[in-house]
Amino acid sequence: MTLPLGDRQPAKGRFDAIVVGGGPAGLSAACTLADGGSRVCVIERGDWPGSKNMMGGLIFAQPTSKVVPEFWKRGPVERPVTRRELWITTGDAAFKGAYESTDFGVEPYNAFTVFRSRFDKWLAGEARAKGAVILTETLVEDLLWDGERVAGVRTGRSEGDLEADVVIIAEGANSFLTEKAGLCQGAESGSLALAVKEVLALPKEKIEDRFSLEDGAGAAYEIIGEITDGIPGTGFIYTNKDTVSIGVGVILKDMVNRAGAAYNLLERFKAQPQVRRLIAGASPREYTAHLIPEGGYRGMPRLYGDGVLVAGDAASMVNAVFTEGANLALLSGRIAAQTVLRASEFGTFGCETLSYYGGLLEDSLIMKDLKQYKNVMPLLSSHLHFFGLYPEIASAAVKEFLTVDSLSKADKHKLIMKLVRSQRPSRKMIKDLYEAWRAIS
Amino acid sequence: MAINSVVCVKQVPDTTQVRIDPETGSLIRHGLPSVVNPFDLHAVEAALRLRDIYGGRVTALSMGPPQAEESLRKVLGFGVNRAVLLSDRAFAGADTLATTYALAAAIRKIAAEEPVDLVICGKQSIDGDTGQVGPGLAHRLGMSQVTYICGLEEIDLEARTIKAWRQLETGRELLEAKLPAALTITETCNRIRYASLPDLIAAAEQPVEIWGVDDIEVEREHLGLKGSPTRVNKIFAPPVRERGEIFAAADSSAAEVAATVFDRLALRGVTLGGNGRSTSIADSKPVGDT
Amino acid sequence: MAANLKKPGEVWVVVEHTGSEAAAVSWELLGVAKKLSAELGTRPAAVIIGDGDHGKTLSEQAFSFGAEAAYVADHPALTPFTAEPHSQALAALARKHNPEVILLGATTKGRDLASAVATDLETGLTADCTELGIDPETKLLRQTRPAFGGNIMATIISPDTRPQMATVRPGVFARPEPVAGASGELIATKPKLAKDQPVRQLQFIPDPEDEASLQGADVIVSGGRGMRQAKNFIMLGELARELGGVVGASRGAVDAGWVSARHQVGQTGQTVRPILYIAVGISGAIQHLTGMQHSDIIVAINNDPDAPIFDIADYGIVGDLFEIVPAMIAEARKRKDGKAAPASKIDTGGGETGGEDFLESEASA
Ligand SMILES: Cc1cc2nc3c(=O)[nH]c(=O)nc-3n(C[C@H](O)[C@H](O)[C@H](O)COP(=O)(O)OP(=O)(O)OC[C@H]3O[C@@H](n4cnc5c(N)ncnc54)[C@H](O)[C@@H]3O)c2cc1C
Ligand SMILES: Cc1cc2nc3c(=O)[nH]c(=O)nc-3n(C[C@H](O)[C@H](O)[C@H](O)COP(=O)(O)OP(=O)(O)OC[C@H]3O[C@@H](n4cnc5c(N)ncnc54)[C@H](O)[C@@H]3O)c2cc1C
Ligand SMILES: Nc1ncnc2c1ncn2[C@@H]1O[C@H](COP(=O)(O)O)[C@@H](O)[C@H]1O
Repeated sequence: MTLPLGDRQPAKGRFDAIVVGGGPAGLSAACTLADGGSRVCVIERGDWPGSKNMMGGLIFAQPTSKVVPEFWKRGPVERPVTRRELWITTGDAAFKGAYESTDFGVEPYNAFTVFRSRFDKWLAGEARAKGAVILTETLVEDLLWDGERVAGVRTGRSEGDLEADVVIIAEGANSFLTEKAGLCQGAESGSLALAVKEVLALPKEKIEDRFSLEDGAGAAYEIIGEITDGIPGTGFIYTNKDTVSIGVGVILKDMVNRAGAAYNLLERFKAQPQVRRLIAGASPREYTAHLIPEGGYRGMPRLYGDGVLVAGDAASMVNAVFTEGANLALLSGRIAAQTVLRASEFGTFGCETLSYYGGLLEDSLIMKDLKQYKNVMPLLSSHLHFFGLYPEIASAAVKEFLTVDSLSKADKHKLIMKLVRSQRPSRKMIKDLYEAWRAIS
Repeated sequence: MAINSVVCVKQVPDTTQVRIDPETGSLIRHGLPSVVNPFDLHAVEAALRLRDIYGGRVTALSMGPPQAEESLRKVLGFGVNRAVLLSDRAFAGADTLATTYALAAAIRKIAAEEPVDLVICGKQSIDGDTGQVGPGLAHRLGMSQVTYICGLEEIDLEARTIKAWRQLETGRELLEAKLPAALTITETCNRIRYASLPDLIAAAEQPVEIWGVDDIEVEREHLGLKGSPTRVNKIFAPPVRERGEIFAAADSSAAEVAATVFDRLALRGVTLGGNGRSTSIADSKPVGDT
Repeated sequence: MAANLKKPGEVWVVVEHTGSEAAAVSWELLGVAKKLSAELGTRPAAVIIGDGDHGKTLSEQAFSFGAEAAYVADHPALTPFTAEPHSQALAALARKHNPEVILLGATTKGRDLASAVATDLETGLTADCTELGIDPETKLLRQTRPAFGGNIMATIISPDTRPQMATVRPGVFARPEPVAGASGELIATKPKLAKDQPVRQLQFIPDPEDEASLQGADVIVSGGRGMRQAKNFIMLGELARELGGVVGASRGAVDAGWVSARHQVGQTGQTVRPILYIAVGISGAIQHLTGMQHSDIIVAINNDPDAPIFDIADYGIVGDLFEIVPAMIAEARKRKDGKAAPASKIDTGGGETGGEDFLESEASA
């Protein structure tokens, strides 16, 4: 079908770069490229960037402000996070560690809670303002090749081929283009996590009261223990302006093996007494489920080829515990864009030029973090007691200690240690707990 | 000679997701996605098809908050030539009378630059659901009024007339209207095209013009809330019908369940085999349960 | 127009008609107009716009349904109906007689006409009302209507302008019982209209007779996406026939192409108010419910116990419709004792109820 274009000019020439996926990785790449004067086109399959994204979670201020300086002044952020807690739960008890800093409540901030559906949409607006072309409701179905080189993409629209010097794959978890580009073999379910989340409405005052927050400040809680019913995973609670995001993420493989519905886990989590208190009276707004690659360093594909780069979740750049995915996506998108800008100075987009991406990533906190945590997922999968036994021991111990009865404090101490050691040797336990804490803090 | 159209496009909340807060009695707007009023997409398609045949230009016009620009962007993607957003605080809170006042002023301004032969609206918006804006525009602009169009036949460029099929409750009528005309389009009128990639790219680079009160010739007292004769007095959740008796077919055979249901119906006066109106329950209908 | 007239004007109902016959909704509205004018201390009146001598017959009918006066505007340009001359005629009458309220059916013609007149008179118009009442203190017309696809209800008033105009969907209010021989004041007018109107009707193709009308049906058996295939609607036609009703559908079924759009019940279809509504394989989306929730008795058949349709059903049957519907047909036949064994009739059938194309091809199946 050819349409008279009226007084419009048909799109002239090809783009310098095509970005597949309008998530944080793709949009940060687009912002950086547009800033560098590159003609960039972002292709997103959803109705708008963020429309497919359920995440209501944390965006870290440092990496994000590199892409969009002082985004908190203009972007749709919910609350700056001044309070983080880690809980280990069992039955009706919880063992809590908290960190609070009022510094985090002022510039330059540390992290914000956001709704990704709004944040991504806004970030797309920023990218557009910088000159990027954002196409929505358009599915990228395949890559175009020029010999061995990726030369563009094929979309589901009529006259749908689009060429460019370089394609940045930023299509999120389960990236099939990465496979098509010959960069990986496809993810196995062991490296995928399933997250289920609910948004619950709660008045602002109640949120600040229940989470002991100053006016406008936010909290992020991570919770491990019995709530996931022995399956490796975590629960989380984040405060937004007048809603609370609450969810559970578990390793898909283990989940499937246990044949329990993810939704039941969320219900179980919400019924945990301490959790229940936080969300009492809150009314549900929406419920969503989403896949996250949890493979981390071990699950990463090759990151570049001739005319192609992979960033964000598509490159499995997710910290074992998923709270930092968007972070890494933003950073890696930016680095991919910097690589492309440098490549256009040389005028070549082959593997060698793009290998610069690998180098930049190695030096960035992305690879450092991913490598550091590369053993976490296997560790959690093989240490299932993290999610059952430990919380139980810890809680039994604390309960014993805090129960005032006829025993002296010294006797209690002895009793507790005996109780604990009977369950697991203390040397092992200390090591376990140390690793666990590192993995999630 | 060519046919120039102005298509009115409204951004509406996705009504399948609208809920009322039972405590505050107010609309829950949280996270409510916005969409282009589905009928307006058919209006856009109708305008584009006419342009395919007769040539001319299609301008999309919307009145709404700044984010309504998204809706215009979307219809630019279908190949609309120009997009204008009327956005100003002064327009806020408009009912259909104040809406047509502002839209008509904008259409007059567009018509001052190039003749406007057709104003095309969707048959109704899914939030307000009134279908009043199209006819209101026809009246204000002195255009022929043809609503609920289910098929466009042809335009006679010489005689300056358009022929269109209109869907009534009892059948369809073929109307001939003098141009300029204001049309409202139903979903059966056409199938919406999926824009080509080049069109979409061209649209993404096309600006949306934003007009405020000072860009059009209007008197402020006819705009927005001030210019609206209707007032929303209160909103509330729709009354709920009581959940009745539930039979599980699993507990007994289908025949038994069917028999039980007919017994219940008989108790309430429903007789079999026609003319139910003459049964006793017909009279028990409340008249305007206010 | 000036508000706060000392004596309130009348409550008008614009009678929609085909020349000889009035649309049922007009008489439904006269019932409401009577109630409203009693509360206002004024009288209900019918407005009959058209051409020829039908004004007399229609006004007599209007009197029998409660009108105390009838304005008859008569001009050759007024038939067949087109919006422009009708709105000019109605606006002229309203300017002259200052009614307090004007009610019209929310039909294609009624909505068309009402919008143009309200714009002309620069007054408020509320579409698709489901409830009308007079505020005892302010004496304002309280117009309640669904909005946002039926998810919320809104009560709307027009405090400062007159007349207060509203359209009401057919089937929302019950038709009053006619009083034979009732009479009223007849006010005949000859509006000044141009002979040459901007819109003219070239052709009218009535819907086939066998497309049994949902409006005014006592029993409606509606099918949804759960019906799975066009031919399964034959079964609904049979049940409808046994119950003396017609076949309706959800948008799901219409979109799937199993039945024509004329059968669609709901927000973008028709509002119905039968005595008995049977929803078969319909989930009960809000857009469907807005079209049928005023039915006297609702029966729902669905295999999903959590389907929202059960929330408004008087009788819900949780089970497979392909078992339940045949059982209901059999049961209905059993009960209609003495009547001719209908089995053969059904197999050859197709003409009478739910007369869809597929019935023809599938009748022998
Ligand atoms: C419940 C949950 C909580 C989380 N919490 C946090 C948190 O608190 N903080 C944090 O930093 N991270 C969090 N994450 C992780 C974070 O969401 C991801 O790491 C991040 O979104 C990755 O960004 P991305 O741009 O790589 O991919 P995505 O955000 O997945 O974006 C990819 C985009 O590409 C589009 N797309 C895909 N395929 C195609 C195609 N073929 N054609 C066109 N478009 C396509 C998709 O529609 C999508 O919009 C969380 C994840 C989940 C599920
Ligand atoms: C702007 C707008 C306007 C709309 N207007 C209307 C309207 O006017 N009218 C309308 O109806 N809809 C309308 N809709 C669509 C509406 O939202 C729903 O999508 C539609 O009503 C669904 O149709 P359904 O119930 O037939 O299908 P579904 O929702 O798919 O339901 C099918 C049901 O059949 C049941 N079922 C399946 N198999 C069996 C079996 N063997 N036995 C028993 N039960 C079975 C299932 O459990 C299910 O509940 C509108 C939507 C929008 C956005
Ligand atoms: N704010 C608006 N901006 C542009 N067009 C509108 C607006 N409101 C209504 N319309 C048009 O009028 C039609 C009928 O709307 P409504 O009268 O609200 O049911 C819609 O389908 C649109 O084409």
